[in-house]
Amino acid sequence: MSSDQAGEAIRVEGLHKSYGDWPVLWDLNFSVGWGEFVVLFGANGTGKTTLLRVLSTQARAESGTVKVAGYDCLRQPESVRRRVGVVGHSGLLYEDLTCRENLTFYGQLFRIEHIRQRVEDVLSRVGLTRRADHRVKTLSHGMQKRVAIARAILHQPQVLLLDEPEGGLDQESVSMLSGLLSEWIQAGRTVVMTTHNIELGLAWADKVAVLSDGGLQFQDRETYHDSAKLQRTPTGKTTSKPSRGLSGDSSRYSTEDTARSSGGSN
Amino acid sequence: MVSAVVFGFLVVIIFNFALNVTAHLVTQLAPGILWVAFAFAGTLAMNRTFVREKEQGGLEGLLLTPVSRDAIFLGKALVSFLFMLIVEAALLPVFAAILGFSAFSFTLILTIVLATLGFATVGTLFSAIAVQTRSREIMLPVLFFPIILPVIIGAVEASSQAIGGDANVGISKWLPLIGVFDALFLVICPWVFSFVVEE
Repeated sequence: MSSDQAGEAIRVEGLHKSYGDWPVLWDLNFSVGWGEFVVLFGANGTGKTTLLRVLSTQARAESGTVKVAGYDCLRQPESVRRRVGVVGHSGLLYEDLTCRENLTFYGQLFRIEHIRQRVEDVLSRVGLTRRADHRVKTLSHGMQKRVAIARAILHQPQVLLLDEPEGGLDQESVSMLSGLLSEWIQAGRTVVMTTHNIELGLAWADKVAVLSDGGLQFQDRETYHDSAKLQRTPTGKTTSKPSRGLSGDSSRYSTEDTARSSGGSN
Repeated sequence: MVSAVVFGFLVVIIFNFALNVTAHLVTQLAPGILWVAFAFAGTLAMNRTFVREKEQGGLEGLLLTPVSRDAIFLGKALVSFLFMLIVEAALLPVFAAILGFSAFSFTLILTIVLATLGFATVGTLFSAIAVQTRSREIMLPVLFFPIILPVIIGAVEASSQAIGGDANVGISKWLPLIGVFDALFLVICPWVFSFVVEE
């Protein structure tokens, strides 16, 4: 565990974020420890992506404190970005460059040592060695997603933020991602992921958090699994608004609180 | 770059025929024609500063690296500045030949360099703003020209002095004005850029 990993991986206190007059997140308080895999659930528009964007310094919180790996997102954004890897909805890649050129470019910006070897390692890890010299725009959506994952892990970030990473991936790629994230957690790093795939989220997560009405409620996997079952419609489809109110007042809730309330499980 | 050069060249040709620039009118008309061509050709280039990166998602990827927003802005502005200088270097001798003035004036070249610096700095910022709107090609000149107007006025006046008037007046009066605006823009624009690219 590095010196950066002395405290909590993520600490959010009193976070407010709105778009114009439309509040998305308000009075959000939570923390995530090192080596935890947190899956964020929530209906469309509840602020999952916005929360990840604030954590990755792509968006500014209007008020409150957001710390990632001990660094303040507002005051030390470059230190935060050095320690965060992001897989977003889009690949965040240059489509006219090849996979290898993209990774080398980003590697240089992160000042990675032995960059050539590192690029080969991550390309191999995501199974794209043979397509390394293909332009990104010539790859399928799933393969582009794999390059995006390679870009996100290139600088070995301590915190991985994944926004629906399984979208567009085939079964083999999802298995690859699962193995990669498992290694990530075992190395004491932290993963925060959003998804609409409840089964996959529950299978991967240590902790489940539900974003709803601007607030966040942490739940253990079993509680959420039961509630998700209850919310399924007779046709087997999940309702669009998951599990509001399962944990009561959400204004201040942390993983530690969850652990206490569930008898220290996880 | 070719499109910007061709566009600038066409502007001069059209103005030359429309205004019938004779030898005794060159001092009055040439600076205006010159800067209309430079400004429009520059705007054409500025429109593309962030478009491809924004469309492909590379800009967001760039913003996720531990590189300061200032460095990204200044890198973009420097490239725009060099790009515009190359376009202007290609157009200036042609303008000089068509309109009949000497392109090898120290004051004129200094004016072009200083004004282009301000133009590229502000243009880069407004290009970053405009790229986030739907009608970006229209938004850029609408937002950009009112702000850059003092630099263009200074550049036209200094160029006028350099081409046919008293070059010393141009240096002492208008070039400091352009320099002050450049300095202001170089401080303010990188700072504003970080707010523009973050939500």
